Amino acid sequence: MTKKYILGLFRDEEPLLHAVHELRKEGNKIHEVYTPFPVHGLDEALGYKRSRLPRAAFLFGCLGGTLGLSMQAWMLGVDWPMNIGGKPALAWVDFVPVTFELTVLITALGMVATYLVSSDFIPGNEPKMPDPRITSDVFCIAIPLEGASATIGSRLRQLGAEVQEKEVEL
Amino acid sequence: MFESPTRRPLITGKTSYSQITEDIIKPIEAKPTKWWYLGFTVSLAALGLWLLSVTYLLFTGVGVWGLNKTVDWGWDITNFVWWVGIGHAGTLISAVLLLFRQKWRTAVNRSAEAMTIFAVVCAGSYPLLHAGRPWLIYWVFPLPNTYGSLWSNFNSPLLWDVFAISTYLTVSLVFWYVGLIPDLATIRDRAVGIRRKIYGLMSFGWNGSAKGWQRFESVSLILAGLSTPLVLSVHTIVSFDFATSVIPGWHTTIFPPYFVAGAVFSGFAMVQTLLIIMRKSMRLEQYITLNHIDVMNKIILVTGSIVGSAYITEFFIAWYSAVPYEQYAFANRMFGPYWWAYWTMMTCNVITPQLFWSRKLRRSLTASFIISIFVNIGMWFERFVIIVTSLHRDYLPSSWLMYSPSWVEICMYIGSLGLFFTLFFLFAKFLPVIAVAEVKSIYKTSSEEEIAKTAAKEGLDLREAHAHTQGAH
Repeated sequence: MTKKYILGLFRDEEPLLHAVHELRKEGNKIHEVYTPFPVHGLDEALGYKRSRLPRAAFLFGCLGGTLGLSMQAWMLGVDWPMNIGGKPALAWVDFVPVTFELTVLITALGMVATYLVSSDFIPGNEPKMPDPRITSDVFCIAIPLEGASATIGSRLRQLGAEVQEKEVEL
Repeated sequence: MFESPTRRPLITGKTSYSQITEDIIKPIEAKPTKWWYLGFTVSLAALGLWLLSVTYLLFTGVGVWGLNKTVDWGWDITNFVWWVGIGHAGTLISAVLLLFRQKWRTAVNRSAEAMTIFAVVCAGSYPLLHAGRPWLIYWVFPLPNTYGSLWSNFNSPLLWDVFAISTYLTVSLVFWYVGLIPDLATIRDRAVGIRRKIYGLMSFGWNGSAKGWQRFESVSLILAGLSTPLVLSVHTIVSFDFATSVIPGWHTTIFPPYFVAGAVFSGFAMVQTLLIIMRKSMRLEQYITLNHIDVMNKIILVTGSIVGSAYITEFFIAWYSAVPYEQYAFANRMFGPYWWAYWTMMTCNVITPQLFWSRKLRRSLTASFIISIFVNIGMWFERFVIIVTSLHRDYLPSSWLMYSPSWVEICMYIGSLGLFFTLFFLFAKFLPVIAVAEVKSIYKTSSEEEIAKTAAKEGLDLREAHAHTQGAH
């Protein structure tokens, strides 16, 4: 669904960060900011909460570790214990490497899957972005036209932006 | 963040954000150069040799190798360990250096990670083929079966290796691809037609939003945190293949750290070899500067010294253990029938990296290139020495045998280099060889132009501090 947005296009990160701080202080509602590379401090300036992906990673790690260790213990200790020179079938130390590898594997795959799903990253998805130059050298603030203050355009220009009005899906 | 202006620049010459995009993406959009076609053809020819020898091997059996009852690991396992070792630098650069916030990694991490993945693919092919019937390789995994179920033996280091290598390949691949997504979107947004479709499909709808970058950084950091112990575990487990056995020369506790250091050593040497060729042939001198070559040479020096110390420690412990078999194994390495392999290893791995104490050699492209090749050769011989010299003298002198590779093993080795370079040439043509977004993120703090601006503001004269970087371009 497309909507009308006021776009403030910047050429560098400092004026962009400054503008985001100012606009938010003045009570403007920012839909989203688009940049060619990660700008440090931008998520805090926008008031975004910290990503919960680390928590997902931790849970997947617990799952992987438990699965890995219990799989080996059940297979070699319960389901088919083998007598190898009279040594104990449940050789816990021997299970460390595979448990470790499975923990890492399941954490990585689980977290990346969560990342792709939560960001709606599916092969072939059309990008929802206001300007194709964003992935090269343009920094863009998108403000919904509906409910924006009447002076927002001139304020953006004052902050150093090139201003556009566009109907896009974001 | 304040960055000392006296710190040497990591991006030299005139640049801007759009210029960085242009410089790195251009080779993907343009027709490949003559050099690319030449290199690719040679690699393809070698890959053909690999297919030929592997086909012959599969139709005839592993008996076509030069192995015998005494020396039952030869070039196959030597090449396996060599390739896995080479595959260590990529993850080290992208993960460990990310955790340490080393900015120079941004120019080299992408190609080093690609190299890691291709090297692990080459490595994996050896145990797969050594198994004799690769179509039954799924037997190594604990799958329910009609024999009981009789499960895999989790007490065996060989099985740990299966899990270590396959986890390493998967996680490296995922890490690499997650990092590629923003750059694939950059290619997509410059392209039209079929190219836009393909890169659009591959970039998953990336849009550069602040939320997207926040998640991206979070995922990268955790993957780096996971990959760091993973990369250490992989070569540790490879070394367990040897260390947990009772063969003199293998049964030592020094093996895990010694193998990991050797892996990083050989991995950086291979990165160095490739980067020196790549920066020249793809005109990336502005991004892969002499400062990058210099720091990587320092890592080669450090890890090379660790490896050298490990050789000496191993030798001392063999003598100190007072075990005659152990002492014989080491004396035999030096003065036995394979003395030439031992001394090649010592020369290439212990002596040549020490040349990097000289700043002049560290910053010389020719010297770096030649020494990196020496290290690659030396590390191959290290594995050969460990494997073959320890095996060829069995406990019973009646079992003493010599080993030399057959033409199939030689063709498979040349062929695996072909496989590696074919993949690398394809990567260099179709994917950005430098992480575009990451280089842009260090532009403000680390480019020559921006540093000069800061210095001018503070009234500093940088001519003195940067005098030695001038020869670079």
